[in-house]
Amino acid sequence: MIRRLFATPEGIAGTAILVLLAITALSAPLLFPRDPLSIAGPALLRPFQDPAHLLGTDRLGRDVLAGLVHGARMSLAVGFAAAAAALFVGAVVGTIAGFAGGLVDEALMRVAEAFQIVPGFLLALAFVSIAGPSLAVVVAAIALGAWTGPARVARAEVLSIRERDYVAANRVVGMHPLEIALREVLPNALPPVMALSSVIVAGAVLTEAALSFLGLGDPNRVTWGAMIAEGRAVLRSAPYLSIIPGFALVVAVVGVYLFGEGLVEASTSRRRYL
Amino acid sequence: MSPPLLSVAGLSKRFRRGDAMIDAVSGVSLDVHAGETLALVGPSGSGKSTLARLILRLIEPDAGTIRFDGLDLLSLRGAALRAARARLQMVFQDPHAAFNPRATVARVLADPLRIHGIATRAERPAAIGRLLEGVDLPASFAARAVHDLSGGQRQRVAIARAIAPAPKLVVLDEAVSALDVSTRRRILALLADLQKAHGIAYLFVTHDLAAVRLIAHRVAVMDRGAIVETGSVDEVVGNPRSATARALVAAQPRLPARSEAT
Repeated sequence: MIRRLFATPEGIAGTAILVLLAITALSAPLLFPRDPLSIAGPALLRPFQDPAHLLGTDRLGRDVLAGLVHGARMSLAVGFAAAAAALFVGAVVGTIAGFAGGLVDEALMRVAEAFQIVPGFLLALAFVSIAGPSLAVVVAAIALGAWTGPARVARAEVLSIRERDYVAANRVVGMHPLEIALREVLPNALPPVMALSSVIVAGAVLTEAALSFLGLGDPNRVTWGAMIAEGRAVLRSAPYLSIIPGFALVVAVVGVYLFGEGLVEASTSRRRYL
Repeated sequence: MSPPLLSVAGLSKRFRRGDAMIDAVSGVSLDVHAGETLALVGPSGSGKSTLARLILRLIEPDAGTIRFDGLDLLSLRGAALRAARARLQMVFQDPHAAFNPRATVARVLADPLRIHGIATRAERPAAIGRLLEGVDLPASFAARAVHDLSGGQRQRVAIARAIAPAPKLVVLDEAVSALDVSTRRRILALLADLQKAHGIAYLFVTHDLAAVRLIAHRVAVMDRGAIVETGSVDEVVGNPRSATARALVAAQPRLPARSEAT
């Protein structure tokens, strides 16, 4: 699987970008031990002018590179945590709906539809406005709009798995339906759900950036979205303040997406040769 | 004679296929006594697998009653039904479909022991070893993944799973049909041995009359959802009365009845 991942150009590029981002994010406190929100030098220093502030400084004299590196932590952490939460909730809800059928299925799927008809970003916006901007709330808000996709895919997969003989065999053995659903059916329904993960992570990274662009991120942490918003005030005189974090955002999303494509490619080609 | 272990009366099930309703099982009644093997034979589509699944409560009948071991099986729900399942087990036709593709042999056999409180966690490895030896597999198979086993080995594991909760009746739904001839003979011999050792009754669903002659005591012939003939093996195979039974006997190439029936 891993060898096949590296046999595809998407896989190589995506892995390289993600590994680079992960190293950057993890080593942020070592590279820039100072608080990235503290004033580090003269304001509005342009990039590549001062080796001490390689990417320049913003309106308040905060180091852009330090913000970028610390922001990578936030973007990746929120992106992956929100996607993991969405996939987990979606897989469990979808499995229970598909396995139970009948009223339970109807009820859960109507709830999923209720979430689907509201744009995910609006939902996140409303949720953060009410609950207040903190890391956990932002993660929950993003997951709130993203769990329906995995739920639908999991349900469709479970509908086919539950007719198999081994599920009947588990019933004959006397296993509790909940145990059959979660222990025997869910793991076998996961592969197509996991194929959604790259799209969801990429979407979560973007949603997080958009939330903090609107000032609904955690105010005590640097995020790329907040940096872009910060640069907006001086967009004409110092466009680099918005362009640099914007570029980082594009790289992160493209990296996640390429990695996911590589994974899908690797798993399908593996199936083809089996 | 004591009351039958399993007593099915007036059991019916209709399925909707497109616009038409199909009577998969219509008004079937049969008895299985403790320790005996009743073979349920019939052509494809005669409703014998549906009947088997109705008795196991895998599908719900539209009408009829099932009395099993003093219980009104159709009135049971939830935990009471799950507990009753220990006494009523099943072996499926396709040994490749009847197991979770991720399961190991130990996990498959541990489930009934755990669910019915037969062996504590500490006792389970030894109990699993005994179950495997009971179906002529080495105890070391416990660590193997089910998907690594051959069809015959899987069917032995399926039989071990079925007898793990000490059932009184095991429904064998075409349990040997997917196996090659020599494996089939050995599994039938194993089933006969287990019946002798534990006094288990079998409802043996099949279309293979050679297997019926090897293992069954009585035969019920089913066609288009109804029982058309019941009797001892010698009566039904040696002197079939219904058209369905005659056709089934005629389809057996090695039986002497062939020349008379065709």
